Amino acid sequence: MINTYIEMVPALLNGAKITIEVLVLSLIFTYIIAFIAGLGKLSKFRAIRVVCTIYIEIFRGTSLLVQLFWIYFVLPFFGIEFSALTAGVIAMSLCYGAYASEVVRGAILSIPKGQTEAAIALNMTPFQRMMKIIIPQAFKIMLPGFGNLSIELMKGTSLVSLITLGDLTYQSLTLRNTNVAHTTEIFVALLVIYFIIALPLIVLARWLERRASLGRV
Amino acid sequence: MLAVRTEEFIGKNAVETANPLVAYKKVSKAFGEVKVIRDLDFNVSPGEKVAIIGPSGSGKTTLIRLLMTLEEPTSGVIEINGEPLWHKEVKGKLVKADEKHLHKMRGQIGMVFQQFNLFPHMTVLRNCTEAPVNVLGMSRKEAEERAKAMLAKVGLENKLDSYPAQLSGGQQQRVAIARALVMRPKVMLFDEPTSALDPELVGEVLDVIREIAEEGEMAMILVTHEMEFAKDVADRIVFTDGGKIVEQGDPKEIFENPKSERLQSFLKRMRS
Ligand SMILES: Nc1ncnc2c1ncn2[C@@H]1O[C@H](COP(=O)(O)OP(=O)(O)OP(=O)(O)O)[C@@H](O)[C@H]1O
Ligand SMILES: [Mg+2]
Repeated sequence: MINTYIEMVPALLNGAKITIEVLVLSLIFTYIIAFIAGLGKLSKFRAIRVVCTIYIEIFRGTSLLVQLFWIYFVLPFFGIEFSALTAGVIAMSLCYGAYASEVVRGAILSIPKGQTEAAIALNMTPFQRMMKIIIPQAFKIMLPGFGNLSIELMKGTSLVSLITLGDLTYQSLTLRNTNVAHTTEIFVALLVIYFIIALPLIVLARWLERRASLGRV
Repeated sequence: MLAVRTEEFIGKNAVETANPLVAYKKVSKAFGEVKVIRDLDFNVSPGEKVAIIGPSGSGKTTLIRLLMTLEEPTSGVIEINGEPLWHKEVKGKLVKADEKHLHKMRGQIGMVFQQFNLFPHMTVLRNCTEAPVNVLGMSRKEAEERAKAMLAKVGLENKLDSYPAQLSGGQQQRVAIARALVMRPKVMLFDEPTSALDPELVGEVLDVIREIAEEGEMAMILVTHEMEFAKDVADRIVFTDGGKIVEQGDPKEIFENPKSERLQSFLKRMRS
């Protein structure tokens, strides 16, 4: 009995490792994409705005699962092939990047016009205005939104199991196939491990929210 | 009759207006269908202090925002030292200027806003050094020295490390004045710098502006509702109504002997 459990541990840990890998990589690319698309949608060039809008609407308007399937199963027919991990990270980043770009855009738009005007009056360049005046203020407004999206993203990672990636969910399902009698224990373990992975994100998000509501950050 | 008055005025100051620092030439500004500035001709000489008065909505703010490049004229040309602000000469033709040209021209202009618009995420000192370092390319040390001198001038040398939110409105506006002065503009624009302040804080800000005005060199365009102050500080008063300059001249003349009916009724309303 104990032995069965001990035999399960490496599989679950392996799965957890992959889940964390997908999570961290996706978080990084999500926020890079968020800034590119969020700023792009505010560009003074119409073409850039249009491209960003199309991207954002497509990825917010379709399900993450369908996006995963497209990138992993469909694109190879067009000669574009990714490993399951790469496909998972790309799909997650593009999907959550679309949501996060709206957080970026909203925060930037919420900075009073007077800030930009004061920066113009001091003869700062458009780039300096953005980097020194607008983004430092907007970033604080973005943080609570980023915290919540990061938790959402964390939960979304379980979908990568459906493109054959051996993440935590995938490993649990595999273990269960050979140990049906232990279904409950396996899924208790799954729940606990996911929660442990999510915990730092949850704490961080709460903390950011509290600071934002105190108006300090 | 109004035209005659303007002629008279220019005649009197012929020497100064020969080479104006700022010149509006037939400038108009419309927001959609609404014409806010109409065919405006308006000059400011180097070092001259001009106060702009007029009823709400007469276009005073818009007039100076055009000069700060915060609003683009619908037609007409604004010149600084004879060089077009919003335009560039390409093969003898005036075309719309690019950001690079605006950047070059803007260095000569500074502005103090009604709502202060300090950068809330920076200390008082940082508010005053950010532009000198990034725009003028000064070293941080050099910029801090200059900023400290300006902050001392406005009486805030002991607030260097405070954040704007920790200051009173009057103190914030004085920081904003120091921040603009650090850039050493040739002309400084003030848009009702005291109208967002509690009455008891108005005096400290006016005193600072008065002191700067007395130093001379820098031209100033002051939009204000403080009539006594305008009379004190300004070399010339400009009265706007309906997007036009209706009357302008020597402060004493304007206040004691207004010619146009609109100025007369405006002054009556201000006094009551
Ligand atoms: N960005 C804008 N869009 C549309 N209309 C505007 C804009 N800015 C100003 N206006 C209009 O232009 C007119 C002149 O405005 P302006 O702010 O220049 O007047 P003002 O003389 O400064 O008035 P006040 O004494 O109230 O500050 C007003 O009718 C105003 O509603
Ligand atoms: Mg105004």
